[in-house]
Amino acid sequence: MKKFRTSKGLIGIALVGAVLLIAILAPLFIGADLATKMNMAARLRPPSADFLLGTDQLGRSLLYRVMLGARTSLTIAGAAVITSIVLGLPLGIISGYFGGHLDNVLMRLVDTLLSFPALLLALAISAMLGPNFQNTIIAIGIAFTPFLARIVRGEALRVAQMPYVEAARSSGTNDFHMILRHILPNILPAVIVQGTISLAFAILAEAGLSFLGLGTQPPQSSWGLMIQASRDYLDVAPWTALVPGAAVALTVLGLNMFGDVLRDALDPRTK
Amino acid sequence: MAGQSNRYVADRDDEPLVAIDGLRVAFDTDEGPVVGVENIGFSIMPGETVCVVGESGSGKSVTSLSIMRLVEFGGGRITSGSIRFVRQSGEVLDVTRADSKKMREIRGNEIGMIFQEPMTSLNPVFTIERQLCDGLKVHKGLSQEAARARALELLKEVHIPEPERRLKQYPHELSGGMRQRVMIAMAMACEPRLLIADEPTTALDVTIQAEILALIDRLKRENGMAVLFITHDMAVVAQMADQVVVMYRGNIVEKGAVEEIFDNPREDYTRALLAAVPKLGAMRGKSAPEPMPILGAEEAPAAPTGAAEKRQLLLEVKHLTTRFPVRGGVFRWTVANVHAVEDVSFTVNVGETLSLVGESGCGKSSCGRSILRLVEAQAGDVMLDGWDVRRLGQTELRRARREMQMVFQDPFASLNPFRRLRDQVAEPLMNFAIATGSELDDRVADLFDRVELPRTFLRRFPHELSGGQRQRVAIARALASGPKLIVADEAVSALDVSVRAQILNLLMKLQAELGLSFLFISHDMAVVERISHQIAVMYLGRIVELGSRAAVFEDPRHPYTKSLLSAVPIADPRQRNIRDDQTFKPVPSPVFPIGYQPDPSLYDEVSPGHHVLREA
Repeated sequence: MKKFRTSKGLIGIALVGAVLLIAILAPLFIGADLATKMNMAARLRPPSADFLLGTDQLGRSLLYRVMLGARTSLTIAGAAVITSIVLGLPLGIISGYFGGHLDNVLMRLVDTLLSFPALLLALAISAMLGPNFQNTIIAIGIAFTPFLARIVRGEALRVAQMPYVEAARSSGTNDFHMILRHILPNILPAVIVQGTISLAFAILAEAGLSFLGLGTQPPQSSWGLMIQASRDYLDVAPWTALVPGAAVALTVLGLNMFGDVLRDALDPRTK
Repeated sequence: MAGQSNRYVADRDDEPLVAIDGLRVAFDTDEGPVVGVENIGFSIMPGETVCVVGESGSGKSVTSLSIMRLVEFGGGRITSGSIRFVRQSGEVLDVTRADSKKMREIRGNEIGMIFQEPMTSLNPVFTIERQLCDGLKVHKGLSQEAARARALELLKEVHIPEPERRLKQYPHELSGGMRQRVMIAMAMACEPRLLIADEPTTALDVTIQAEILALIDRLKRENGMAVLFITHDMAVVAQMADQVVVMYRGNIVEKGAVEEIFDNPREDYTRALLAAVPKLGAMRGKSAPEPMPILGAEEAPAAPTGAAEKRQLLLEVKHLTTRFPVRGGVFRWTVANVHAVEDVSFTVNVGETLSLVGESGCGKSSCGRSILRLVEAQAGDVMLDGWDVRRLGQTELRRARREMQMVFQDPFASLNPFRRLRDQVAEPLMNFAIATGSELDDRVADLFDRVELPRTFLRRFPHELSGGQRQRVAIARALASGPKLIVADEAVSALDVSVRAQILNLLMKLQAELGLSFLFISHDMAVVERISHQIAVMYLGRIVELGSRAAVFEDPRHPYTKSLLSAVPIADPRQRNIRDDQTFKPVPSPVFPIGYQPDPSLYDEVSPGHHVLREA
């Protein structure tokens, strides 16, 4: 655990921990009505003693909304990234490790998906399935799969030609154990790095989908939805965009730092 | 210039060209400064070759880079000491205090440098002409025309065939030996007074090494240039040096004239280093392999026995042929074949070592891997102790692999960095269900004992070990399934000399104890002479000469074997065999069009068991 004790690691853990705590605890202490009750008398108030982070166009406290939105945003992003790993990891490993025609077929498929911008893909899937909570996860998860599969395949290809894999093969290791003992641990660092980066992008993707009306549906709050709602008031009340924007930025920053440190921590070579 | 303390005019010939005194270089790391080299002092006289020799981490490269002040680009800092260099003008400059403008004047102009890897030290996107001319234009102010003429002259001086054509070529179009010649031409471009050569032949084949060494030696003699030669190879030192500086862990252990160092080494480290170097010809008249003498060892290590009365056949390879497709075009169709292994036949007896020797690309590794079926051969038979290896199905092949294991060249890449050593050595035992539970632990611990590793290493990860220790783990893993045959593919090539001697002795000890057979694949003739019962010399996919060690080394018949043996530097300064420009016939390409059917290999038996390929 010594490896976490760098400034990067501490900042990363602090940020990620704080966001996680808020996401878990906020709904228990903040009544849903606090974030959804409209107060037309207090519309678009700048940050003040009454409203620490100001209010939105319907007079709702941005502080409460951003805290309640954390759970939605993080759940969707986290579940979407897990989906993409569950789909992409086996795809990439099979493609990279076994190679041959299977690899060609799978990778052409992945290339086809890659040729669409991820957000467009997520948009199409979400529009097809219908906009709701689960479908947003599925849409983003599928849209992110090709990136992960590509990276995993490249790593698997690299690891598969290492002498230790050859040594294991010549000492009778079967494919299942080969992947489990030799391939997987050695591509994990790349997956972790890609996973944390994906998590950041997934939060933004959720924001993007919600912004276009195909993600989280009101009155439920999410960071993306808040940014979407703010677009009409940017000139008169910029804090309505800045508050959820800052939440996204800080979370992404924390995740990136945490991912780097986690990768180092899992590698026995770095002491 | 009088009155300035660090400058005076030197005009006498007995004045050293370079005088290093009390040099100390530190590297800044996260954990604070680490000393790279300390208290380094030696001098280089004009026209003299000084060899700095040492194992990895001895600081020999740091020392040479300090002279050019290039060490600063690698994070190093010269913290004390002086390096006085006599410039062309006669001015004496303390390099450690020179400003960057002065250093640029000196680098490549008054001091030339060549590096280990001729592929990476030439820029792949520029032609040879461009790379040669750049330095000439900067330092000598030559016009494009004059620079071009001089570049051509230089290529002729380093004896590159067809120099006019080479000027227009890119580095990838040249062979490794030619690239190193171009590097030398570049270093020589401004007629430096000092040439620094940092392991210039380590990445090259032995015949090309001989060519490059002879070239450097000739240039030194003709131009009166001093050479600082960095190497780990005592045999190269013996061939090249006038003066020798032996380094160990950042310090100078011993320095002196080359004969002095080889005849009367004063320090234990120098003695150990010299003892660990296999000398070609040292095994003359001996019938069985013999372990390397290791200084300080209590008892003589176990030696494999000579040829037994009744020799038992273990491995029989008949007409093995392996080809790799060369793919091209849009659809990646096969357009040609690399004939890696071409009609190769040999046998290995129980408890004996057969060495496959040859230069890079001769097919020796492909041959070993074809036998283990890590690559699939196109034709031929491989019979291992009753198994018809080439015709086994996947399940049977898995079982047969218990009998044959491999040890790889790179001890860093052949162990999984994420698994504990115990698990890696236990893997074959688990795969073949040889042992479980506490028996498994005992077996793994026994294997660690066998390869002389402490049991405390069981729970460690590969990165915590040195190269030699890792190779021991790799050997333990290969031994785990109780094989009869071990294919050792350049298994000692990546190791330092002293470690190499230990691993060689370990292999011989294991052979004596367990009756193992080795297929020992190597490019190093002196090592092969030590360890082998039988030797097969490979050239262009074929075995050109096959016989007992004594027959091949003491009575080589094939021209290729002869040239290979003549190119090996001998670790004795009184036997300088690398002299004058040597040129060996370049190896032709092994790529042939599809459907090309080469002639079968036919052999003449010149004496019992000694076969020589009949020339086509």
